[in-house]
Amino acid sequence: MVYVLIFIVLLFVPRLLSIHDLMLFEYGLTFAIVGLGFNLLLGYTGLLSFGHGAYFAAGAYTVGMIAKYLPEAYRLEILIPAALLFSLILAVIFGFLCVRHTKIFFSILALSLSMLLYALLFKLYHLTGGSDGLRIPLPSLLGISFKGIRRPEFLSGTYYYVLLVLFAFSCVIMKGIVSSPFGKALQAIRDNEVRAELIGIRVRRYRLYAFCISGMFVGLGGALWTFVNGHVTADLSHWVFSGEIVYMTLLGGFGIFEGPIIGAILFTYLKLYAMGNTQYWMFVIGATLIVLVMLLPNGVAGAFVSLFAKLKRRKAAEGSAC
Amino acid sequence: MLTVDSLKKHFGFVKAVDNVNLEIKEGEIVSIIGTNGAGKTTLVNLISGYLKPDSGRILFFDRDITFASPYVRIKLGVGRSFQLIQLFGNTTVLDNVRTALFSKYGMIRKSLLPAERYSSVTDEAVKILENFNLADKRNLTPTGLSEGDLKILDIAIAFALKSKLLLLDEPTSGVATSDKFKVMDSIISAIKREKISTLIIEHDMDIVSGYSDRVVVMHEGKVMAEGKPNEIMENKEVKAVVFGIVS
Amino acid sequence: MWVVYTLNGLYFAALLFLTSLGLNIILGVMGILNLAHGSLYAIGAFMAAWTVIQIVAKAPPFVLYLSLLSGLVLAGIVGFLMEKSFIRAMYKRTLEYQLLLTFGALLLLEDVIKMIWGGQAYYASAPFDLLGNVDILGHVYPTYFLFVMLITLLAGLFVWFFMGRTKLGIMLRAISLDREMATGLGLDIGRLSTFAFVLGSGLAGLAGALVVPTTPALLGIGMEPLILAFIVVVVGGLGSLKGALVGALLVGFTRSFGIAILPEIELPLLFLIAGIILVVKPQGLFGR
Repeated sequence: MVYVLIFIVLLFVPRLLSIHDLMLFEYGLTFAIVGLGFNLLLGYTGLLSFGHGAYFAAGAYTVGMIAKYLPEAYRLEILIPAALLFSLILAVIFGFLCVRHTKIFFSILALSLSMLLYALLFKLYHLTGGSDGLRIPLPSLLGISFKGIRRPEFLSGTYYYVLLVLFAFSCVIMKGIVSSPFGKALQAIRDNEVRAELIGIRVRRYRLYAFCISGMFVGLGGALWTFVNGHVTADLSHWVFSGEIVYMTLLGGFGIFEGPIIGAILFTYLKLYAMGNTQYWMFVIGATLIVLVMLLPNGVAGAFVSLFAKLKRRKAAEGSAC
Repeated sequence: MLTVDSLKKHFGFVKAVDNVNLEIKEGEIVSIIGTNGAGKTTLVNLISGYLKPDSGRILFFDRDITFASPYVRIKLGVGRSFQLIQLFGNTTVLDNVRTALFSKYGMIRKSLLPAERYSSVTDEAVKILENFNLADKRNLTPTGLSEGDLKILDIAIAFALKSKLLLLDEPTSGVATSDKFKVMDSIISAIKREKISTLIIEHDMDIVSGYSDRVVVMHEGKVMAEGKPNEIMENKEVKAVVFGIVS
Repeated sequence: MWVVYTLNGLYFAALLFLTSLGLNIILGVMGILNLAHGSLYAIGAFMAAWTVIQIVAKAPPFVLYLSLLSGLVLAGIVGFLMEKSFIRAMYKRTLEYQLLLTFGALLLLEDVIKMIWGGQAYYASAPFDLLGNVDILGHVYPTYFLFVMLITLLAGLFVWFFMGRTKLGIMLRAISLDREMATGLGLDIGRLSTFAFVLGSGLAGLAGALVVPTTPALLGIGMEPLILAFIVVVVGGLGSLKGALVGALLVGFTRSFGIAILPEIELPLLFLIAGIILVVKPQGLFGR
């Protein structure tokens, strides 16, 4: 019920925020989708990938490449499924190599593969624009063209609602996945892969499923991000960018469903605040991360939940003492 | 329903399992006792598929499973618990059992509806928990359980897999002495209700005599003696070798 | 030309070996994958470059080469500070937290480097120029590269001897094999871990220091060595000295020949080889 209310409130956001703040919020929403996908793999299946930027890049470059080479197909209703498709393909290939390993090896391999994509995107500059990247013009939607409209108008109008709806969809679908028997199986793998195998779960195979679904969500986020950013570059596949994805998820807390959403939005603001106020924003972000890991291991949302639980217990104790 | 025929497993010079013959009938509860290194765990490893024998056969309901993978054996109905508890630490007690049921019924592909909606599976999980006296703890996670309850949960999960044969490796080890009988009562009553055949490795003779239909004594890889609990307890050789009692 | 390519391969391998050896020691003894390892390499590079530039006009050649060691020293000190302040807290935590923490350290250190040395490039080519060239089988080859290989060989032998023969080294290996047992044996895990981290960091700093006479010290100089070190660790196997050596040679030669034949495919080729090795032998060539 609360979520329906939140959704309704979110519908009014374009009226409430300035265009600049709205764009920031939209960045946050796209990363929230990314975070949801990423956390399926981290929080629910127990695999930490420092290479998920690859799938973000896959989704983003799908949009960019279609813009450049297939402009007739440059429509949202084609772009979104295409982005999902290509990030899925990439996730299947990379995932197949990665899930044969666990823990550190998995993380290193995921990282290395994303850097492979980075190198390819960087070097094949004839195709991909290399370090200059690709421009992202405004797409059309269901026949409606946005030629002549400037990006900020597009973003505060139609696009916001498209993004919001897709975000809501992502939340609903992901929530369904994690509460389902499939989701329970993933959690069993996370908690004890030996026992999971012993109760008949093919661990490697289910890890791959989780990896692919996760990749698709991240790719969707990447594609949606491109319209807000207007531009895609190879950095999206660099492992430091992947690290930011991990950071966001931890910031919000990877033990709760809503954690990554909150983390994504917080991180977007945090990063921008830091970048706007000092040239040493990496220091700020890095120091914040260190403090966060040491003091708030369950993330911001997790800390709230613990606090809430503690207050509840105290109330119950007081109540029974009377 | 389980026939072990001339099973041999050597590790270099060590004859861990040396020409062992064993039969377990449906619904029977058999305990294996013996000194450390007698070959009990190796035998269980061979039956559950973690080790492959050097020679001999293992038949399960007349089906040759000697070289089948553990995965196949689980699917056929050979279940096993371990000395060190293996639970799903961050999931509820209910989910620990229910996920095993989902897996057993091949339902873990289902990813659209919440697990709770599958009421028949959920009810069955609750029933199993009731059999093991854990139903009131269903929403706790393993961190909130006592040692004895953890052991019971471990076995409840193996139980959920609807094994026809359960291999229990020292089910009461690590459990406080005062709780041992409580734990075994829960386990054995659930087992007897479903008429599951069980092979138990145990060191505690009170447990062995209290719950077994038959006792098998192993020593240095061989079966030294077999019989009803009270017969074995009176057996002079067994007393000398296993308990160190010389009269 | 093959002579030159081979020598280049050895040169790349040497630097890579130092870097991945450091990574491996930290990983082996402490079980921590240090994502900030590249930053320590960078610190070593900047420190060495800066020092050389300061004294190049006034100091005799011998001192110039010695000053490169300043990179190793500073990297070791930074490693010490890192370990004592926050890495320490990470032993009990899971992998996710360790990686995130070292990632935070990486972000922090990159900007610390920027704060101290600014954004410009530091050219310290004197050590390279002074050694001139040497004639090998008819080809002219920079002597400095041979110097680097020599230093690496010495460093490698030192570590091998240290790990295998000295009491301290054996204790470190004991911890890497079984941490709990080692505690049971009464080893001071805390101090030994700090030592391992400092050693690993120092090696990274040394690699960075050795590279500056050939490449300017720039922001982000540590990124590529880090990735390559990861590949070496993955291919050679975790925690193995032999693995680091073989892995470094493999990557070094692929690099050298790859760049010579077809520059674009160098990195992808590397990953392809790494991928094949992993498919065949998931723990790496000499992994545990």
